[in-house]
Amino acid sequence: MSEPTIDEPTFTALQEAAGAEFVTELVGTFLEEAPAMLAELRNAQAAGAADTFRRAAHSLKSNGNTFGATRLGALARELELGGLIADSGPLDELEAEYQRVAAALKELCGG
Amino acid sequence: MAERGARLLVTDDNKVNRLLLTRSLELQGHRVASAENGRVALEMLRAEAFDLMLLDMEMPEIDGFQVLEQMMGDAKLRDLPVIVTSSLEGVAHVVRCLELGADDYLHKPVNPVVLKARINSSLEKKRLRDQQKELIKRFATSEVAEDLQQSGFALGGRRVRGTVMFSDIRGFTALVESQPPEETIELLNTYYTLMFDAISGHGGVVNQMIGDGLMAIFGAPLPLAEPPLAAVRAALDMVEMIDLFNLERVASAKAPIAIGIGIASGEMVAGYTGTQQRATYTCIGDTVNLAARLEAHTKEAGRGILVDGDTHAALADRVPTEPLGEVQFKGKAATVPVFAVKLKVQ
Repeated sequence: MSEPTIDEPTFTALQEAAGAEFVTELVGTFLEEAPAMLAELRNAQAAGAADTFRRAAHSLKSNGNTFGATRLGALARELELGGLIADSGPLDELEAEYQRVAAALKELCGG
Repeated sequence: MAERGARLLVTDDNKVNRLLLTRSLELQGHRVASAENGRVALEMLRAEAFDLMLLDMEMPEIDGFQVLEQMMGDAKLRDLPVIVTSSLEGVAHVVRCLELGADDYLHKPVNPVVLKARINSSLEKKRLRDQQKELIKRFATSEVAEDLQQSGFALGGRRVRGTVMFSDIRGFTALVESQPPEETIELLNTYYTLMFDAISGHGGVVNQMIGDGLMAIFGAPLPLAEPPLAAVRAALDMVEMIDLFNLERVASAKAPIAIGIGIASGEMVAGYTGTQQRATYTCIGDTVNLAARLEAHTKEAGRGILVDGDTHAALADRVPTEPLGEVQFKGKAATVPVFAVKLKVQ
């Protein structure tokens, strides 16, 4: 079995520190905000806006790591540090991972 | 307590980060406001009073680095503690933040326990800085204080007449070794609170604290009617307070403590010493050295409070003393008359 989409110890620790109910709200906020960040990455790539690209990747990395979405965090980190890219393969991969993360987070928050 | 209920500002463009940090801080009992970018943060800092800011670096419009730069250039914001919370990688960023005046740098996601510790430490530092500012106000007239705020600590020394006091806890090293560190800190806090009370109650100012020892100045730079008398009365209060404190300590099965106090009066050079970043008002000269020697001599003499000839003469028998004869101190060419102040309880 490969690495889980959400690292449960990280997620549980977050729930313990901030309160499960609050984390459920926070997940809701993330699910609202993340699609815009993903879209921003796409647009920045198309427009060649390196700063915006880096910042959007940085935000996704930061939020991914907060929830224990280790793979999502790692993919976003590569984009942040690598800068603008020519092909959209890595962005497709990031979006696919985001879909898995979103599903897993919803599940963890009681669906 | 100072670290509870502080007013904090969270600045982060990412909503999840902002909500999470706000939540963590509220759970720690702080009052929290938030800003979604650097521009809003600066506006809020200029409009309201905050005790500390948590600052993200990577932000649109005005980023964290620019916020730090602007704060550095603003006399009102310069002293506000800033803890950078960022997931930017690389030591260079950390160094740059610290160079721009940030107190601390925490990588996101931030561990709540670490966050709590760093915030408390930053707030404590701010409290000490505020205290220092308060001291400057006490030391200087408002004109001088203003001048200091603007020019930094560029004042040279000047000759003043006053009284210097040194005090420390007898057998402190042994005490430290015999009890847990938390108890020592608690003891020191109580000790300093009591001593500060006694000293400032008589118009003196504590200008140095080193471990269990402190130095206080009476009559400079703010004039006092009778610095020697004020210093001796403060010393008597200090001994009395320690006696009361010891009743409590003995009642809770702790060893009583004893203090030694040395007091000398005369001319000294007073002024600011240090660097632009860290300076303190202090006095130097023979009078200061003598007071330190007298304090050290209390142990040998077996007395709590020792004063020099000038202080004794100025008391004019209003406080009972006992002559201990001439003493040869290290670093002094001639012997010096030493007097013990009679304690109220003996």
